[in-house]
Amino acid sequence: MTDLLLELFSEEIPARMQAKAADDLRRMVTDKLVAEGLVYEGAKAFATPRRLALTVHGIPVRQSDLKEERRGPRVGGPDAAIQGFLKATGLARIEDAKIQTDPKKGDFYIALIEKPGRATIDVLAEILPVIIRTFPWPKSMRWGERSAKSGSLSWVRPLHAITATFGLETEDPDIVNFSVDGIEAGQTTYGHRFMAPGPIKVRRFEDYDTKLKAAKVVLDPQARKDIILEDAKELAFAQGFDLLEDQVLLDEVAGLVEWPVALMGSFDEEFLSIPDEVIRATIRNNQKCFVVRDPKTGKLANKFILTANIEAADGGKTIIAGNERVIRARLSDAKFFYDTDLKTKLEDRLPKFDQIVFHEKLGTQAERIKRIELLAAEIAPLVGADVAKAKRAAQLAKADLLTEVVGEFPELQGLMGKYYALAQGEDAAVAAASEEHYKPQGPADRVPTDLVSVAVALADKIDTLVGFWAIDEKPTGSKDPYALRRAALGVIRLIVENALRLPILNIAGSAIVGLPDKGAKYPAADAQKLPADLLAFFADRLKVQLRDQGARHDLVDAVFSLGGQDDLLLVVRRVEALGKFLDSDDGKNLLAGTKRASNILSIEEKKDKRTFDGAPDTGLYKLAEEKALAKAIDQVKSEASAAVAKEDFAAAMSAMAKLRPAVDAFFDKVKVNDDEPDIRENRLKLLNEIRAATRAVADFSKIEG
Amino acid sequence: MDALPDHMRPERSFQGFILALQRFWAEQGCVILQPYDMEMGAGTFHPATTLRALGPKRWNAAYVQPSRRPKDGRYGENPNRLQHYYQFQVIMKPSPPNLQDLYLKSLAAIGIDSSVHDIRFVEDDWESPTLGAWGLGWECWCDGMEVSQFTYFQQVAGVECAPVAGELTYGLERLAMYVQGVDRVYDLNFNGRDGADKVTYGDVFLQAEQEYSRHNFEYADTAMLFEQFRMAEDACRKYLAAGWREGSNQKEHLMALPAYDQCIKASHVFNLLDARGVISVTERQSYIMRVRELAKACGEAWVHTEAGRAA
Repeated sequence: MTDLLLELFSEEIPARMQAKAADDLRRMVTDKLVAEGLVYEGAKAFATPRRLALTVHGIPVRQSDLKEERRGPRVGGPDAAIQGFLKATGLARIEDAKIQTDPKKGDFYIALIEKPGRATIDVLAEILPVIIRTFPWPKSMRWGERSAKSGSLSWVRPLHAITATFGLETEDPDIVNFSVDGIEAGQTTYGHRFMAPGPIKVRRFEDYDTKLKAAKVVLDPQARKDIILEDAKELAFAQGFDLLEDQVLLDEVAGLVEWPVALMGSFDEEFLSIPDEVIRATIRNNQKCFVVRDPKTGKLANKFILTANIEAADGGKTIIAGNERVIRARLSDAKFFYDTDLKTKLEDRLPKFDQIVFHEKLGTQAERIKRIELLAAEIAPLVGADVAKAKRAAQLAKADLLTEVVGEFPELQGLMGKYYALAQGEDAAVAAASEEHYKPQGPADRVPTDLVSVAVALADKIDTLVGFWAIDEKPTGSKDPYALRRAALGVIRLIVENALRLPILNIAGSAIVGLPDKGAKYPAADAQKLPADLLAFFADRLKVQLRDQGARHDLVDAVFSLGGQDDLLLVVRRVEALGKFLDSDDGKNLLAGTKRASNILSIEEKKDKRTFDGAPDTGLYKLAEEKALAKAIDQVKSEASAAVAKEDFAAAMSAMAKLRPAVDAFFDKVKVNDDEPDIRENRLKLLNEIRAATRAVADFSKIEG
Repeated sequence: MDALPDHMRPERSFQGFILALQRFWAEQGCVILQPYDMEMGAGTFHPATTLRALGPKRWNAAYVQPSRRPKDGRYGENPNRLQHYYQFQVIMKPSPPNLQDLYLKSLAAIGIDSSVHDIRFVEDDWESPTLGAWGLGWECWCDGMEVSQFTYFQQVAGVECAPVAGELTYGLERLAMYVQGVDRVYDLNFNGRDGADKVTYGDVFLQAEQEYSRHNFEYADTAMLFEQFRMAEDACRKYLAAGWREGSNQKEHLMALPAYDQCIKASHVFNLLDARGVISVTERQSYIMRVRELAKACGEAWVHTEAGRAA
C-alpha cells in the first residue's frame, strides 16, 4: 500500500481559517480518491500559519480495471447510426462488435469496452490541481505577475510551493506530476521563517514531520497548543500564579506561530485598580496574551504570558520589553476609559438613549428601557422581588452600553454596569442586575437567582419577545436574527429553575400595552392572539429543551393540549410527574389501556357517525367488571382532580394508577361491541369515561408509544 | 552602505529613519516620490497608489505622505494620537514574489533585527469604502505592536487590479518611537542631535497639533466646508466629463489626474465635517458613497489614459 504526502506552502494563513482548511483538504482529497475507486486506509491533515499538509496512507497503486458492455444500433441499421456507434465506442470496424439476439426486437451490436485502471499517481495528478483551484477559502486573492491574466489561481494568500509525493514506505516516493498556475509540484518545502528558512527536501510524511521539527516547525496544531498551555502553566506556576486558561485564545495563538515560545512579562501594579475583566479583555483581545491569577487572592496578578514565534538570540528580553510597552499603553487607555466612565453617573447617561434607535418599529432604546422598567415593576411582586429595587435596576441595567469601556469591549456589557453601579453606591441587588439580567445566554449559562435580577431578566426577555412578535419578526427555520429562541428558553429556565409562578399570558398582555403606540405598526399585536402564539412558542422551546436533555418531549404536547396551561412551572412539574408515571408498569399499562379505549372509540364513532359522550347508564351494567370500572373511574376522577387542584401531580398520578387494574379487567372480560345496541352504546360511553378521567392529568392521545 | 554619521542613524533620528527607508526602497528599484501636495487621510490616496495601482503597467514607488485624520486630534495631550502624522508608503505592481522578504529586510534597514524581535503577519483584510477599494493581507506585528499594513490590492476605485499591486504602509512615528525607545511621540528626536542642537518631534509639531485640534473640533467653518464639498464634487464631475475623447482606435481620457484631485479634496472636507460632528449617522453613509462614486469615475477615466492602459 502506498502513501500520499501533500503540502501547500504559502504566506501567512489567517489563524481562524486554518482548522477548517485542513479539514476541507482532507475531505476533498479523500472524497475524490473514493470517487475514483481508490479506497484508502487513513488520512490526517494539519495546518500551520504557512502550510496546509495532508497525509493519506494505504492507497492502492492502481485503480481496478473496468469492463463495460455497450449496446449499439440494430444489425443492418442506418449507416449514420453505425458510424456514430463506432466513434462512441472506439471500435475500428463494426465486425469487432458482438451481435446479440433479442427475440422481440431482432439483432443488435454490442461493444465490449475494457477500461484498464489507471495508475493512482496519474489520478492524483489530475485531481489535486482541481482541488487546489476550487478550494473553499472564505476569502481568497490573486497576486503577482500572473494576476494580470484571467483564470489565474486564487488562494488565501500567495501560494509559493507544492509538495506532492506518492510511494511505498520502502522506497523513494515519486513526485505527483502537476502544476497549478506555474507552481510545479515537487518535494521541496521550507522551515521556520526566521530560524530555518532554507529549503528542505522531503520524501514522505514521516521524514517530512521530523525534518520540519528540526527546522523549527511544529506541524500539528494540537501539539502547538499543548506546548503553549504547558509552558504557560509552568511559567505562571514558577512565580506562584495560576494561568487563566482560555481555549479560544489558545486556538488563535496556536494559529499564529510555527514554533511557540511562551514568555512572561509584567505591567505596573497601579493598573490592578482596573477591574480584572477589563485588564483581561485588553490583554487578550488586543495583544492575544494570557493573564494569570494570584491563587491567594483569586485576583489577577500584574503579569501576562505571550507566545512568541521564535527562540530569540537574547532569550526573549527584547520581545518581552516590546510587549510590555504595548500592554502598558493599552492599559493606560483602558484605565483612562474606566476612570472617565466613573465620573458620570449611570442615570445621567440615560437621555442619550433618546437618540439611539433600538429597532425602527420598536422605538428608541429609551422607550424600550421605560417598557422594561414598567414590566419589571409588574413582575417583581409576582416573583417576590422588591418593586422599587426592580424598577431602579431596570432603569440602570442598559446604561453601561454608553460607557467608554463597553464601547471598547462590547463583551463586558452588563459587567461594567455592575461595577459602575456599585461605585455610585447603588444597592447590591440593583447593581448585580446590570450583569445578571442578560442571563441565561444559552442552555449552558447560569440562571440568576437574585429575585431583582430575575424580575429584570424576565422583563427584558418578555419585552423583546412580545415586541418582535408584534412586528411579525418571528424566527423562521434557521433564521433567528434577534435570538428570540434564546430569549424564550431564558424565560423558561428563569421560571422553572427558580420555581416561579408567573401567569405568562397576562404578562405578555401587559407587555403589548406598553408598546410605544398602537396601530398599523403592530400588525400582530392582538391582545388575545399574540400571547397565545407566544405560549405555543414557549411550548416548542420547552420540547426542544427536554429533547436536548434526553427527556420525553411528547409529554409537553400531552400537557399543553389540555388547554389553559400558561403556568410554565406547573407544566414542567406535570410533565415530570407524567414521565415518572409512564416509566412505571402501572403507567405503561394504563397508557396502553387508554389508547385501546380511544382506538375502539374512534373506530366505532366513525362507524356510527356519532360520539359517545355523556354519562353511562348504571342500570345497563351487566358484568361485575363494568361496575368495578365505573366505580374506579369515579373515584380516580375525584382523587386526581383534588390532587391536581393541590398541584400535587405525583399524587394525581398515583390516583391514576388505581384505574389500571379495573381497565385491564374490563378489557379481559368484557366484549365492548355487544349484540344488544343499548349495552354496546353504554360500554362505549364507559370507554369514553376512561379517556375523560385521564384528562385530569394529561391528554394521553398525544403521548407516543 | 556608506558609514552613516551618528545623527543620521535610524535609531537616533526621525529624519534618519525616513531616509533609511527611502534608501532601502530606492535600492529595490522604487522611484522615490515626494508627498502629494494635497491634504489626505492616508498615503493610499496619493495618485501614485490609487491610480497607479490600476492598469497593466509596471509601477514601483515609495514616498512619505503626511496624513490628516481630523478626528484623531487630541490637542497634543495624548502620547500617541495625532491628527497629522506621517505614513511611509510602498507600492509595487505587480507584487513581487518576495515582497514579504523585502519587507523584513526593510525592517532590518531601520534597526529591527528579526533574530531578537518577534515579527508576525496577523490577518487584516483591508477595505476603503471611500476609495471603493479592498485587498487582503496582514497587520505586521513587532513584539506585539502593529507597525505596518501589508496589502495585496484586489480592487481599487471599483476596478479589478490586473495585475495585483502589493502595498506596504509604515506608521512612521510609532515605529520610530519603538526604535528610539520613547513613550511619547513628542519626545522623538527629530534630527538626531544632542543638547542645544536637538530638535524633537514636539518642537516641530506640538503647536500644530494644538491649533489644528481646536480648528478641527471647534472652529472649522462648516458652511464653507459644505460648500467646498459640493464644489469639489461638481468640479470632479465636470473635469471627468470634459476629459473624454474618441482616440484613433479607443476611448481616451485626458484629465483623470485633475479630476481625481477634486475627489481627494472632497474626501478631506468630509473628514473635517465629520470631526466637527455636523454629519449624522445616516448622512455619513451617503457622503462616503458620494466620494466613492467620484473615486470610481476617476478610476474608470484613469484606465483610459496613457499611464493607465495597456501599451
